[in-house]
Amino acid sequence: MDASVPRDDSLVTMTDLTREFSSGGSLMKPRRTMRAVNNVSLDVPRGNVTGVVGESGCGKSTLARLVLRLLEATEGTVFFDGKNLATQSQAEMRKLRRQMQMVFQDPYSAIDPRYTIRRALLEPFQVQGEAKTAAEAKTTVEELISMVGLSTRMMDSFPHQLSGGQKQRVGIARALALRPSFLVLDEPTASLDVSIQAQIIDLLEALKEELGLTYLFISHDLSLVRYFCDRVVVMYLGRVVEILSGAETQPRHHYAHALLESNFEPDPTRRKIVTMLGGEIPSPFAKIPGCAFAARCPAASDMCKRERPPLSNLGDGQMVACHNPMD
Amino acid sequence: MTAFAPIKTAIRSPRGGVSAAVLLLVVVCALFAPLIAPYAYDIQNLPGANTEPGAAHWMGTDEFGRDLMSRIIYGARTSLSVAVTAISISVAAGLTLGAMAGYFGGWFDRAVTAVVDLTWSFPEILIALILIAIIGPGLESTMVAISIAYLAQFTRLTRAQIMALKNETYVEATTNLGAGHFHIIFRHLLPNALTPVIVAGMLATGDAIILEATLGFFGLGAQPPTPSWGAMMSSGTAQIFIAPWIIIFPGLAIAITVISINLFGDALIEALDIRNRLRSV
Amino acid sequence: MALLSVQGISVAIGALCPLEGVTFDIDKGEILGLVGESGSGKSLTAMCVMGLLPRIGGTITKGSIAFDGRELIGLPEIELRRLRGKRIALISQNPMTSLDPIIRIGAQIDQVSILHLGLSATTAKARSLDLIAQLRIPEPEAIHRAYPHQLSGGMKQRIIIAMALAADPDLIVADEPTTALDVTIQAQIIQIMVELVRDRGLALMLITHDMGVVAQACDRVVVLYAGRVAEMNGIGEIFAEPKHPYTRELIRCIPRLGQEPGSLKGIPGVVPSIVDYPDGCRFNPRCSNAQALCRDEAPALEPKSSGLAACHFSEV
Repeated sequence: MDASVPRDDSLVTMTDLTREFSSGGSLMKPRRTMRAVNNVSLDVPRGNVTGVVGESGCGKSTLARLVLRLLEATEGTVFFDGKNLATQSQAEMRKLRRQMQMVFQDPYSAIDPRYTIRRALLEPFQVQGEAKTAAEAKTTVEELISMVGLSTRMMDSFPHQLSGGQKQRVGIARALALRPSFLVLDEPTASLDVSIQAQIIDLLEALKEELGLTYLFISHDLSLVRYFCDRVVVMYLGRVVEILSGAETQPRHHYAHALLESNFEPDPTRRKIVTMLGGEIPSPFAKIPGCAFAARCPAASDMCKRERPPLSNLGDGQMVACHNPMD
Repeated sequence: MTAFAPIKTAIRSPRGGVSAAVLLLVVVCALFAPLIAPYAYDIQNLPGANTEPGAAHWMGTDEFGRDLMSRIIYGARTSLSVAVTAISISVAAGLTLGAMAGYFGGWFDRAVTAVVDLTWSFPEILIALILIAIIGPGLESTMVAISIAYLAQFTRLTRAQIMALKNETYVEATTNLGAGHFHIIFRHLLPNALTPVIVAGMLATGDAIILEATLGFFGLGAQPPTPSWGAMMSSGTAQIFIAPWIIIFPGLAIAITVISINLFGDALIEALDIRNRLRSV
Repeated sequence: MALLSVQGISVAIGALCPLEGVTFDIDKGEILGLVGESGSGKSLTAMCVMGLLPRIGGTITKGSIAFDGRELIGLPEIELRRLRGKRIALISQNPMTSLDPIIRIGAQIDQVSILHLGLSATTAKARSLDLIAQLRIPEPEAIHRAYPHQLSGGMKQRIIIAMALAADPDLIVADEPTTALDVTIQAQIIQIMVELVRDRGLALMLITHDMGVVAQACDRVVVLYAGRVAEMNGIGEIFAEPKHPYTRELIRCIPRLGQEPGSLKGIPGVVPSIVDYPDGCRFNPRCSNAQALCRDEAPALEPKSSGLAACHFSEV
């Protein structure tokens, strides 16, 4: 992929995105660097839901923050609507933020506990320097609240008076206040009950259609990702190991396969025997020359340990980074 | 929940109620001293010196024949105004330094932390004495000395609060709305960090009253004839066998005030449920 | 006779009544799933069975818990303690806090068999090593010498399972044993745990919120909703023809492969909180089928064409 030219049908383009974190570097501890996100190139097509799935430490949350420039990239570029985020001034960035918003994993701490719902929903406008008369403010808040299916009676409640699902709805309303075109959804249902999780997904689906939104959906739940997303990106230890073009595409990467297999379906007639992955997820500080999954992979060859497999195209939009992909 | 709800809860608890009543009395004395005091605080009456407590002078008179009760009532003014002013300055400066250090980090944080840790390792009284040795005795010097002596405590506490709060999701969410540092600090971080710092400030006011009295006792605080509880006790030491009330009553005034502040502070901590956050220093 | 028989237990904590008339039983060699959302009372049920309720200031106000024919309610603490760990073992949700950080892994497992089986230190160690190996942990010797902080969350949870098995219990109560873990690790641990439990013919009470885990592992299922049993049935029946609308809706909340976009709806309303449980059937405000009767009268847990359900208008 050419790093300098963003494709025009994609709203967001990431090229060779890398983010390092270091720890130590004090008197007693030597400085150690880990790459939370390692050389990720990815397009988010307009009007689509792109899912990023992986287990803890795979870098999916860091990726979400790099895309919105809530973290600065160590290397690589993010283009949003053709604009390179890294070169935007503070004022330009503030304006751009109207376009790109985020729904967070933890609805419990996503709203300032001292803010009423009304105040939290008006804050986006305040921050953007958009003055509103009392009457305008009232209509705006009412619109936002009913858009996410809450009762306007909740306007003057504090977050602690709401349930988790209701708080997440407020989080979504706040993210939508400035009418963005792009939403990053960082595990928006992970801390909710199952019956509420499905409600929120339903709401997000409806809002996407209604407002023509583009989503980047981060999750550890493959069944949810496959239901909700047009394309699934599987990450392992900071890298993209496979991109599945659709929900029913069979994974070819051994890790993606294991992830799929680990997903128990709510159907007792389809019990499965899980392949035991040997070993553990390596430390993110470890420098691995070859494929990061090689140590646990049933099909690993010597080459896998020596040489990193590039992400190669399998056709139909499926891409895999594996020397010995599954059939 | 309004800001006053915890105060109400605190007042409803037994120790909170009693201590609040005593504090109210002390504050009223300080504010309306000229109206309440039966005599002027500085009129000497040498023939009536060292009069025992009685109907005319409820707490007796001192070695110059001045009415002790009047002096204690005026003394409340000195003690409270010095302590409250000094601690207010200290809290304000501590909030600013702590918030900036905690939020921005980097070299500024390292510098602030180094200075704070250094002062933290000395007792407040020593810092105050050193400062007064440099700037000279007097009421204003006492205020400056006390506010600097307590600065480390509030800076540290604020910094710890801000460090914890800045990782809250709502801060990230607000940043993503396009908010700048100013908005984040003043609309989110400081309001959420304020409660424990204010309560710590209130508790420190009790300590500051003792510190003011100590400096007064050494003659480094308010200069005569301005009444100060510490200075009054100091002059009472000479008469301790002739007129013990001269040292007893100012001592009681200090003790009762400070105990009330501590009790009320405790009740408030309980009502606000912030004991853990205060311990995070 | 069932190994564990819980009959109509109700629990009070202060003025609150978080469990009401919970009934189920577990046979030897059976894996029973206890499913529910937050506040359904599933962890509390585990605490009742373990006799740990007094520790959180709760009391059982009604009902009976019989283990191997012996009534547990009213048993003195010393007797309960003999049962806990020896005949009933607990695997808790959080592997991070269930191990003593300053004692070697091996010593912690050895201790269980020394204490409950009266083994010597050497035999206990051999037994521990064997258990570690059975949990498919590589290099049992090295792990035996390790401290908890040297292990990953998944490894720690396996060690906790080894500890639970060490005393040769008859019943294992596992409270969300894999919730804190990554999906691949979760799948492996569930698989190993189920295998070991089946091999030894133990009874397992598996508490979870995850219908996928239930479908994969359990023989029978108890569905709890807001402190009451909504339904109890065999695993096949509960998924094929749920008798309670809540069960049916809960299963529909998990997307399946190939499911139509827009067809995942969730259950309307909020999970009720213990301070304002609705009158009548507690599911009535969220139920699409609720009638006046449902709002007025709590349905009893009754036999249906198969299993038990608490619904006035149970479909099947």
